[in-house]
Amino acid sequence: MTRRSRTIVVNSLLVIGAVFTAFPLLWMVSVSFMPTGAASHFPPPLLPDHPTLANYRELFANHSAGRYMANSALIATLATCISIVLNTMAGYAFAKLRFAGRERIFGLLLGALVIPAQVTMIPLFAIVKSLGLVSTYAGAIIPTMTSIFGIFLVRQYTLALPDELLEAARIDGAGEARIFVSIVMPLLQPIIVTLAILTFLATWNDFMWPLIVLTDQKLHTLPVALAGLSREHVQDNELMMAGSVITIVPVLILFLAMQRYYIAGILAGGVKG
Amino acid sequence: MPIRHSPVVAVTRRTAIAGLAGTLIAASSGCARRTPHDPLRLWAIGREGDIAAQLVDAFVARNPHIAVEVQKMPVTAAHEKLLTAYAGDTLPDVCTLGNTWVPEFQALNALQPLDELIAGSSTVDVRDYFSGIFESNRVDGVIYGVPWYVDTRLLYYRRDILQQVGFGAPPRSWDEWATMMAAIKRQVGPQRYSALLPLNEYEPLVVLGLQTPTEFLRDGGRYGNFSNPDFRRALKFYNDMFLKGWAPRASNTQISNVWDEFGNGYFSFYISGPWNIAEFKKRLPAKLKDAWMTAPMPGPDGPGMSSAGGASLVIFKASQRTADAWKLIEYLSEPATQQRLYQLIGNMPPRRATWQTSDLVQSPYALAFHEQLERVRSPPKVPEWERIAQELRLMGERVVMQRVTVEQGTAQLDAKVNEILTKRRWLLARKSGAK
Amino acid sequence: MNRSHAGWWFAAPSLLVLALFFFVPVLAAFAMSLTDFDLYALTDLDNLRFVGFENYGALLREPLFWKSLGNTFYFVLLGVPLSLGLSLGAAMLVNSRVARWRNFFRTVYFAPVVTTLVAVAVVWRYILHTRYGFLNYMLSWFGIDGIDWQGDPHWAMPSIVLLAVWKNFGYNMIILLAALQGIPEDLYEAARIDGATGWQLFRHVTLPSLAPVLTLVSILTMTGYFQLFAEPYVMTEGGPLQSTLSVLYFMFEEGFKWWSLGRASAVAFLLFVLMFAITLLQLRLTRREVRQ
Repeated sequence: MTRRSRTIVVNSLLVIGAVFTAFPLLWMVSVSFMPTGAASHFPPPLLPDHPTLANYRELFANHSAGRYMANSALIATLATCISIVLNTMAGYAFAKLRFAGRERIFGLLLGALVIPAQVTMIPLFAIVKSLGLVSTYAGAIIPTMTSIFGIFLVRQYTLALPDELLEAARIDGAGEARIFVSIVMPLLQPIIVTLAILTFLATWNDFMWPLIVLTDQKLHTLPVALAGLSREHVQDNELMMAGSVITIVPVLILFLAMQRYYIAGILAGGVKG
Repeated sequence: MPIRHSPVVAVTRRTAIAGLAGTLIAASSGCARRTPHDPLRLWAIGREGDIAAQLVDAFVARNPHIAVEVQKMPVTAAHEKLLTAYAGDTLPDVCTLGNTWVPEFQALNALQPLDELIAGSSTVDVRDYFSGIFESNRVDGVIYGVPWYVDTRLLYYRRDILQQVGFGAPPRSWDEWATMMAAIKRQVGPQRYSALLPLNEYEPLVVLGLQTPTEFLRDGGRYGNFSNPDFRRALKFYNDMFLKGWAPRASNTQISNVWDEFGNGYFSFYISGPWNIAEFKKRLPAKLKDAWMTAPMPGPDGPGMSSAGGASLVIFKASQRTADAWKLIEYLSEPATQQRLYQLIGNMPPRRATWQTSDLVQSPYALAFHEQLERVRSPPKVPEWERIAQELRLMGERVVMQRVTVEQGTAQLDAKVNEILTKRRWLLARKSGAK
Repeated sequence: MNRSHAGWWFAAPSLLVLALFFFVPVLAAFAMSLTDFDLYALTDLDNLRFVGFENYGALLREPLFWKSLGNTFYFVLLGVPLSLGLSLGAAMLVNSRVARWRNFFRTVYFAPVVTTLVAVAVVWRYILHTRYGFLNYMLSWFGIDGIDWQGDPHWAMPSIVLLAVWKNFGYNMIILLAALQGIPEDLYEAARIDGATGWQLFRHVTLPSLAPVLTLVSILTMTGYFQLFAEPYVMTEGGPLQSTLSVLYFMFEEGFKWWSLGRASAVAFLLFVLMFAITLLQLRLTRREVRQ
């Protein structure tokens, strides 16, 4: 095959692949602007004849979409902040601070990576209940506060920091907390950003745990609310597409803005893990 | 190594941050703590949930010191949501509960007994209620719910299509019904059907089963009793409708719009509940105004039974505000409120007073329901009923999809039900042993 | 000495949270699976019985559990190879020296990964709609009659595979892309000098170099696919004829629908043991292959 024909084949395949991949998301956006019933036709319409914001208005005015969005944002933000603090501290400790049992505990953590989170869900509900946290934001955040993967991610990154830097600071008389805050944290900034995005997206998209623990409708996150709404409004495709748009678009924008960090996280976890 | 700051101090600062995080959690969880100043919480299922807020407005206007917060539960997830809320101690004050769920929540010790409140009430007058429906809320002699609306299943049918094939009146017995379905099928051809019995609902099969005299469970609800000739006869009749092509093997969600398809003549008989009167009135085109009607359920050998369904208003034991909750129940039980409920979404009232005052008397569609209400029967009052009903539906689906025969299906169902009832048998045995 | 304390203090908050909300629940789940913990027991602990391994025995006798297991295996066996194949194909295309706008394509292919599963399941439920969906419309161009994707027990699981593959292939693509870029160019040069053609280059240079990474991503993908839940919850509710009921969905129904917590814990544990065993098996097989 000549270089020219190869160029054509490869790029055509890339374009076809991109069309198929992007189509569901683009069609979702398009249908969300159609008036009720317009999408229930054969052949299915590609673009709205008379674009309307009615579905979005309906979602925010009659289905409390604003509230669910705020819940999702709040839960994801709180989970992200807490997990950054906890995971960074622990990851740093496992990388740079010596303490009794360190290697053994780290080995245990790595081994526990194979345990799927769902195994813990039933007793976790009982624990959350005994803390009186069922149907609270705190209850929803608990399983995402810290993660073995997050600790591992930070540890791998921290290992690369030169010990001399820390030793020099100690010789200058800096305390451990001071070293952590003013020397380590700034150096860890890239991995902290990565960790933040991974946690935020994972929490925003999470479904099973919030579905179980948030019994009060007022506290529902977008995915939980959308799943409930979609069972009640099977026939209202346009409304459901609008609901999907407001659920997906925030995370999609976040991803596009921070793509580099997100992919760095995947590679760190995937290739080294 | 010279270290000026003690690490303990350093750590205290760390803990300060952790403490801050803790405070954040505490703050964010604050809104779930119940205090007497919180609004009274009312949960309602499905369409009632949509309009409950409208109904409650007048109550709040009358009782400005009682704020009410209404939440809606989706029909298909209501049962699991309620159990989760029970397990998580987050049940509301007042709730609409399917009356077949009352024994279940009573067994969980979650319901407030209402006898005293009813005795002292001038609004909730027991004698005014249809007794069969009221009794469905009684467990071991104690009342736990006040009926809010009644719900029984019967036939919606296309009068015009029935006439085209030569029948002037709806069927009274299974035989007549079968003759009519066969005639309609011959008329409409392979692309259309005579009846719709949605496979994602257990009610049609439960109703057919309730029409035969034998109980679903035996020995005081200790064992399944589906492998008997009576239930098998009902299941066989049900299965025949699919086998002979009278009914499509489809669920409600696959028929994308049940009302339109009824109007299109996609099917002519539909087993459903009273709310569809209003829906059909609203959604069918004007030219079909006289083309449809309701009829009581045909039975195995003449007019048949149907289920004593409906929803009751209950107060959960965990509520700190029984007095206010009862006030809300009294308001919702007033004939005027129930009439409003009927006007808004077509729910049938459980009180005779409401039937007399409302325009129900004039509605020809409601007549069949009135007649059917004289012939209703409750499914077994065991806490496990909802789960048994779901298993019943799954078994029915397997039979009509021809995965198992009627005999195999009922035997499998009995085995499954016996397993579900294991704990109940143990509890009952322990109770009688203790005596 | 003091630094040793500092290490503990830095690790402690995380470890405490993990212990309380992860390790204790894992042990508790096992303990619970040996009891008949249910709604009755939730009301009154006197109603709790220790039943040994009876829950596990009952599960192995339960046809529905086997059905959910079969469904899950079907999903994994169909979904994982398709996912990996597509990931590898996409990675090689994007990595090709003649490809234009690589970053653009990489971003497009990756976008579904970050989307919310529940929301895209809602979207796909519509795309797969028998009468108004786009997929059946496209099939009609080729004279294929409308397939009842979500109503026909034979097609329901394949339609969920379709969604899962679309959503996930970008993830492995990124990892494989990095691995492809790490293969030294000398290897290809040397092979070319030996007269290797395109396919032979792929078979004898690319694939062996990717082998360790491929093992890794296949294990990651598989463990992910064993946890199938949200797709059937939104799209089919486990139906029709329970053809999309996964093990995790079965656990959810036993646990959080009917509150048979003892039984549900046993399901969770069996799933865990199964996933663990398959991961070990796969690691061992690959190791043997590499040695040979």
